[in-house]
Amino acid sequence: MSAAGGRAASAPLVGRESEPTMFELSSPGRSAAQLRATGIAPRALDAMIPAPHRRDDRLVTVDLAERDLVGHVTRLSARQYSVDLGAYPLGSCTMKYNPKMADEVAALAALAHVHPAADASLTQGWLELLVTLEERLCAITGMTAATLQPAAGAAGELTGLLLMRAYHQARGDARRRVLIPDSAHGTNPASVTLSGYQVTTVPSTARGLVDLEALAARLGDDVAGIMLTNPNTVGLFEEDIDPIAELVHGVGGLLYYDGANLNAILGQARPGDMGFDIVHMNLHKTFATPHGGGGPGAGPVAVGDALVDFLPGPRPVRRDDGYGWESPARSIGRVHGWHGNALVLARALAYIETHGAEGLAAVAEHAVLNANWVRRRLAAVLPAAYDRPCMHECVVTATALKEATGVRALDVAKSLLDEGFHAPTVYFPLIVDEALMIEPTETESPETLEALAQALERIVARAHDDPARVHAAPQATPVGRVDEARAARTLVATEDMAVRAGLR
Amino acid sequence: MPTYLPHTAEQDAAMLSFLGLERMEDLFAHLPAAVRLAGGLPIPAGRSELDVLDDLAALADRNVAAGLTCFAGAGAYDHDIPPVVRALASRSEFVTAYTPYQPEVAQGVLQALFEYQTLVARLSGLPVANASLYDGAAALVEALNLAASTTGRHGVLLSRGVHPHWRAAARTFAAGTGHQIEEVPLVEGVTAWPAGGRDDLAAVVVGYPNYLGYLEDIATARALADASGALLVVAADPVAAALVRSAGAWGADVFVGEGQALGTALSFGGPYLGLFAVREELVRRLPGRIVGETVDVVGRRAFVTTLRAREQDIRRERATSNVCTNQTLMAVTAVIQLGWLGTDGLREMALRCASGAHELAERVTQIPGVSAASGAPFVREFALRLGRPVEAVLAAMAGRGILGGVAARALEPPGAMGGDGDDVLIVTVTERHRARDLDAYVEALREAVAS
Repeated sequence: MSAAGGRAASAPLVGRESEPTMFELSSPGRSAAQLRATGIAPRALDAMIPAPHRRDDRLVTVDLAERDLVGHVTRLSARQYSVDLGAYPLGSCTMKYNPKMADEVAALAALAHVHPAADASLTQGWLELLVTLEERLCAITGMTAATLQPAAGAAGELTGLLLMRAYHQARGDARRRVLIPDSAHGTNPASVTLSGYQVTTVPSTARGLVDLEALAARLGDDVAGIMLTNPNTVGLFEEDIDPIAELVHGVGGLLYYDGANLNAILGQARPGDMGFDIVHMNLHKTFATPHGGGGPGAGPVAVGDALVDFLPGPRPVRRDDGYGWESPARSIGRVHGWHGNALVLARALAYIETHGAEGLAAVAEHAVLNANWVRRRLAAVLPAAYDRPCMHECVVTATALKEATGVRALDVAKSLLDEGFHAPTVYFPLIVDEALMIEPTETESPETLEALAQALERIVARAHDDPARVHAAPQATPVGRVDEARAARTLVATEDMAVRAGLR
Repeated sequence: MPTYLPHTAEQDAAMLSFLGLERMEDLFAHLPAAVRLAGGLPIPAGRSELDVLDDLAALADRNVAAGLTCFAGAGAYDHDIPPVVRALASRSEFVTAYTPYQPEVAQGVLQALFEYQTLVARLSGLPVANASLYDGAAALVEALNLAASTTGRHGVLLSRGVHPHWRAAARTFAAGTGHQIEEVPLVEGVTAWPAGGRDDLAAVVVGYPNYLGYLEDIATARALADASGALLVVAADPVAAALVRSAGAWGADVFVGEGQALGTALSFGGPYLGLFAVREELVRRLPGRIVGETVDVVGRRAFVTTLRAREQDIRRERATSNVCTNQTLMAVTAVIQLGWLGTDGLREMALRCASGAHELAERVTQIPGVSAASGAPFVREFALRLGRPVEAVLAAMAGRGILGGVAARALEPPGAMGGDGDDVLIVTVTERHRARDLDAYVEALREAVAS
């Protein structure tokens, strides 16, 4: 017999058991589907599709009653942390509160039920929305024009690098290398490889910033550009951005801005004014579109004058008689199946319009205020890797704690789960030993930050008194630490693989 | 100035004071003066969320297409989405969750992705699926990269039956990867493969059904891949897969697909769902995330993202892909939609699509001047030749409340079809269409081509 769909023992509210998979709940003959009456005569499959094309096996998916499906998925949701549940003080990903009004925008039938190939005359609302968003994003970043097609940050990076490539090629200028600081996100070097360039790593100084001398030594006329995150991944503003821009532009290279940390400078400074030529944004970070458990995101790319002609096409444009589509003269081509993650774009515009110029500036102020407060508040227990004002996130190090107690950054992170907080990002950036990267975001209250600080203080005290307990964390979660090595050694990626492995 | 900030003015002051600062702008004092923005952002002032909602709703109402009966497909499908899918997929535990890097507090998303991978593997007929990619186009791009890294070659034979936008994306990204993509033309709606193998091919790529709706001869593509030592990539439709031979059964090495039809609304083209599955030997070359089953410290079943050594945050410039974010929420949605449909419901839904499509195809091809673009078999989508430019016909049909399909040439770069295909209209029928919708379509098309 299949598992009991109405038993809630996997919900932390009433139990500690595993949730059966939907396939363990499945029972042939059960069904939830109710299809509408169409009045169209059904035809036999044989009469429509010739034998070689017909399935010769029966595709079995899953067979559930609607009640059991609802119970199963609801219990899965009870085994999942989320922004709505509590704070996510993790660096690099800006897990801020996602306003509910944006959900309502994305649910508007007049947005959600529009076919992407419908003629422009039938989709004027969408086109105006996209053009307006592009204008706002350009105003916020100080750039000239943008593509909204890239579906996420990494897609934006690759798009930006292909724009860089097209720009140099159009000038008959074959270049080979892209510079990346050693503190960069892993997507940066991975995107560089896919763009056909080679990565040259630039070391950071002891202050956590780009080493200007090392940068100068790596420059040459084969350098296509540099990818920078500013503030960088240790949460510090690259104060030498002017000389960096001068050096890179001096050899004919371009400056690429990784917008993962744009939240820190909204309304305070703009990449375009710093000399950047290409900027990607993560709308699911800065503009509060929900992360969805790992997507969908949106990664628009804005560019300066010299690169507008290369942007992906077709682009939504405003004309005298309404809105339409246009492909730039020397477009690199399409980077998405349609027009980008449109409903994510709509959410971002709603967020921007609600905040306005002053609201966005206040966002950055409070993001930076919160991060600096946490940095200072934690100084005695988990010191900052770089003892100076940070921007929207701070990187603290557990090196001293590890030496004193054997408790590592990972143990601290797992213990924080037991304290009712999501864990910070750990072991990133790679240049900081035992790194814990904390980005409170502007939407967490001072009371929440104080509670976070007290939780970390308790964990550090426990590390000294009872390190075994810290190593054993988390205990309060639906499962404890998982055996990742086993998962990688014997891949069980589907129910059918689990059956074959004797796990069912 | 509407915001979502919880801070009181007193708290702002106390926090600044704790930092030894007086004003908010002191937080930015270390930024070079030259880059500080003076005068604020050049965008409008903020408004209450209710005002913004009103304005965006009014803007949205200008999307005439939203009110038309939709016979457009070509990679984006208007299927029914039942209330249970909307109710469950909009749960904020899924919507507002982060990437499941902390498995102890992410078993909900991880288990849902495991179930998603199982369903995609079954649909594809291949043993292992990843946890999704951005969309079908992105899945194709990643498949070409996987094929190149597996074979050490860069040649690609890409059928023109694969969606034109996917092909366009493949061309764009080939500028960086150096893949040599040759497109293989369609004759009578199906791919006219060249004879004989080649020693420079990484992949042979075919759509099943192709973007015009026609079922291709996959055996010929498989033979060509075999003769060339290349991988066979099949871009298959997950709804048609309920009725037709799976990609795996045809011998595909890689399955890619667009999963929007599995519970995600048309959404003006995104966010959608990139489906990706492979033969077991290729798992260590998979792009993106994959969830595996394991146990926790006390032996309880647990799920975790695995084979992480392929990924960009660990392998950096030597990663299998640069993908980080995927489309988890759409994958969870697909799990719920397929869970609701069930084995029989999915088949019944696909059969209804096919029955409606075949009835409509028979009726419209009796209209003088309208003919089928091909005699090849199809499932829920087919192509018509109208003998006149399609755009005017679509405009006339829109006037009668019908989105009559997709003009084939509108999907290609201007001039790419060289005049051939100007009169080709792609028509799709789903289980949403009722007999009276088909009647209205036939009448609207008859009138549009007669005028």
